[in-house]
Amino acid sequence: MNVDAFYLAFGVATVVAPTALLVLVGLSSLVGWSISEQTTARATQTAVVAGLLAAIAVLGLMLFSGQRHVPIELGNWVVIPHEHFHFHLSFMFDRLSVPFAILTFTLVGTIGAFANRYLHREPGYHRFFLLYAIFLVGMIVACLAGTIETLFLGWELVGLSSALLVAYFHERPAPVINGQRVWSVYRISDAALLIAAVALHHLTGEGDFIKLMGQGPWPAGHAALTSSQALFVGLLLVVAAAGKSALIPFSGWLPRAMEGPTPSSAVFYGALSVHLGAFLLLRAGPILDESWLLCTIVVLLGSTTAVFAAMAARVQADVKSALAFASLTQVGIITAEIGLGFRYIALIHIIGHACLRTLQLVRAPTLLHDYHSLENAIGQHLPGTSGLEGRIPGRFGVRLYRLALERGYLDALIDRCVVRPFLRTFRWCDRLERRWTAKLRGGAAAEFDRQGAPAYPKELL
Amino acid sequence: MNVMALPWLQMTILLPLLGALRAGWQRDSDIARRHTLVACSLALIAAVGGWINFALVDGPVAVDRWDLGEVVSGGALFSIDALSAPLVPVGAMFYLLVALATPRTKLRLMSFGWLLISEAILLATISSQQPAMIVVLLAVGTIPPWVGLFSQGCSTRVLSIHMLLFVALLVAGQALVGWSESANLRLVGVLLLTMAVLLRAGIVPLHGWMADLCEFGSFSNSLVFLVPMASAYAAMRLVLPVAPDWVLRGITIISLITALYAACLALVQRDARRFYCYLFLSNSSLVFVGLETATPVALTGALCLWISVILALGGYGLTLRAIEHRVGRLELDRFYGLYQQTPGLAALFLLTGLASIGFPGTIGFIGVELLVDGAVQVHSLFGILIVLAATLNGLAILHAYFRVFTGARRGGTIDLQVRLPERVAVLVLTVLILGGGLFPQPGVQSRYAAAAELVKQRARLASGAGTAARPESAPSLAARRGKPVAPHSPKSSR
Repeated sequence: MNVDAFYLAFGVATVVAPTALLVLVGLSSLVGWSISEQTTARATQTAVVAGLLAAIAVLGLMLFSGQRHVPIELGNWVVIPHEHFHFHLSFMFDRLSVPFAILTFTLVGTIGAFANRYLHREPGYHRFFLLYAIFLVGMIVACLAGTIETLFLGWELVGLSSALLVAYFHERPAPVINGQRVWSVYRISDAALLIAAVALHHLTGEGDFIKLMGQGPWPAGHAALTSSQALFVGLLLVVAAAGKSALIPFSGWLPRAMEGPTPSSAVFYGALSVHLGAFLLLRAGPILDESWLLCTIVVLLGSTTAVFAAMAARVQADVKSALAFASLTQVGIITAEIGLGFRYIALIHIIGHACLRTLQLVRAPTLLHDYHSLENAIGQHLPGTSGLEGRIPGRFGVRLYRLALERGYLDALIDRCVVRPFLRTFRWCDRLERRWTAKLRGGAAAEFDRQGAPAYPKELL
Repeated sequence: MNVMALPWLQMTILLPLLGALRAGWQRDSDIARRHTLVACSLALIAAVGGWINFALVDGPVAVDRWDLGEVVSGGALFSIDALSAPLVPVGAMFYLLVALATPRTKLRLMSFGWLLISEAILLATISSQQPAMIVVLLAVGTIPPWVGLFSQGCSTRVLSIHMLLFVALLVAGQALVGWSESANLRLVGVLLLTMAVLLRAGIVPLHGWMADLCEFGSFSNSLVFLVPMASAYAAMRLVLPVAPDWVLRGITIISLITALYAACLALVQRDARRFYCYLFLSNSSLVFVGLETATPVALTGALCLWISVILALGGYGLTLRAIEHRVGRLELDRFYGLYQQTPGLAALFLLTGLASIGFPGTIGFIGVELLVDGAVQVHSLFGILIVLAATLNGLAILHAYFRVFTGARRGGTIDLQVRLPERVAVLVLTVLILGGGLFPQPGVQSRYAAAAELVKQRARLASGAGTAARPESAPSLAARRGKPVAPHSPKSSR
């Protein structure tokens, strides 16, 4: 058995292990088999450990053999030979994907063990682990993807599971509305990525990263695009990354995502999901390199987000929101690093930040408890650090404070400029249509018409 | 006896008609339902038999060994090719699921006789390739929904006006295309046919009847009239072969506008049925976008999407109907919180909804990918707009899911769990949606064969007769392609 066979076996195992977990948990939910919490926990543990060991084995082989770029071909999922259309399933193990996959398995595994206790006897225990399995598969597929279509596949799975996890406590309207908001931003991000994928295919005839980004191992490589093509595709990728990583102007969803249970907030929005946009930019590094304008946009976007999030983090009243914005600050800096071309620094920054933030978010509920105990013991509030309002005096300081408190008015801006005009226009169209059909019918408008215009909530989009 | 020599296609049509006779005479609605289920099941078996027969036949068209048309006119009445072969069983299965998932409380309100008649008409339409026959069947197919509205005491004016216009345009258009010698008159005929097909498809601004039918008619009635997309079949058989490129381009643009407009309207609907109507309209318009771009990839995508729309949005409609039966008419501006009581329906609602927008792992994924890829080859803006429409539909799907199944704690002691027939329907749809999504190659291959045949047929006719060519029937095409068929008897059954 040569080294390639080992690569294939371990590479496939890295993807198959989380998929098997999803099949097990998904099938049991679908058919109505009730499996115990213990079985679910064991299956999760087994799948994550198997996947992690396989990923580490691939890393070991890469270090041993000196190979820095290992493609694993699973063949064509769909092929139309006469039209040169193929949906190629291939995975790529390189300096970017392997650390990210190992990070994913480590953090998701840790959170799986934590959630097993945290959600013990919760009515939604199995629903959580089903969404957890979808998320894990999505993350692994996205980070190991060898083609942009495969990446899109994982990207969408991550989006759906994230939105449903935000709405995990679905007996209250607030988490559900926030879940809807997250989904809306993710859909925009998905659309941008899909258009970018199609544009890449259209421009180069290729979807494989190897051919798109050149043969050199990551981060080397040279995109097979002209500067203007790179700018067009790159801007779409930046929109996709901005949506997924909550960069400006999509930052509003990140604190809303904290409405979900602590384990999901910790691993998904604090550590992994929020870095997926940065991962995409890292993967598309050679495209960024083709256009200085694109790099400038990425740097500006990242640094603006970092400054905004740093301000917002200082005025948050609850620990999870403060951590969310602290996380966003780092993501902004990481994005700026990518734009500046510091790819390795960005990767190391992602890994370190993800681990730290997971720890902080998981520790947050008990930390509050400890604070309360301390305050009870000393009989007064703990001395606090001065916030934003204390550092910048005068009216400017107050304005800045308000701006940070209102989270840059970003959500309000989107509501005012996009959601409201949209709803107003299409409600008007709807009314017009109802009147027209009522006229044709020769009778009164429908029952719903008589009750007046539909009062739709603005959180719709 | 060679089983494959059975007249599968005629059985597929005749069995629902016989079932309609038995069920229509029955006063006991429970027995009528049983007769309907038997007739639908047998029709499905016959349809699958026809499909297998087609797969075994060495040629582009399969016809029955004993065809009634041979006795009457000397030519086969019913035949299937790569395009219609899977559509017949999918249509038959959808009717079976509609009958199966009808709850006992609604049996009295359901006209099983008319349900089976509409099934027979639909299956006959899809099994027919002769333009005149398709025109007649499409015209007759407008009667069951009208009867459904009329029997409920609802106003039929909106539907009547639109469908009369549809039939008039269809007949006039086909008459001009089929019998006129003048190229200009044939072109006028093509335009009339195009308008007829667009009207039947509910393309903006001729879509008012759709929302009216969904809102006021019975939901089952609306579903069986809309979901199988007979209009798409009419477009394939009547318009695509003869329309000049600029007409097809026009249809693509109008369909794209409709897809976007309907997706936007779906987002602002309060009534769940109107929401469903616009969601369906948006998705069916996307099918039209691909059908009319006339490139093999986009056409393959559209044909894949067509089947995915029937399964996904058909299932979505059935789920919505099942929920309505439990809690009454749904308004999407409030939270119902039904998840705890009906988790099975919640899962199917989400699954079918996601399949309709082409979510990875579901049957719609590859269809949307192919459609976008093919549309970009025609014009990059087309691809972007398709993605935009799918994005808006995705927002609408999750919005509806959250409103119906979450956001509130629902009390009550009445059991709302999924019943056994519903569970069967849920499982069948789930298997098809996920199976088609995870193993898409056979489906894509079959749809590509159909698309390639359509493109070839169009190219052949266009090269022979200029812009607005005269269509020819499928058996004659088969004969031209050197298929081993006897004169007046294009049999290909083994």
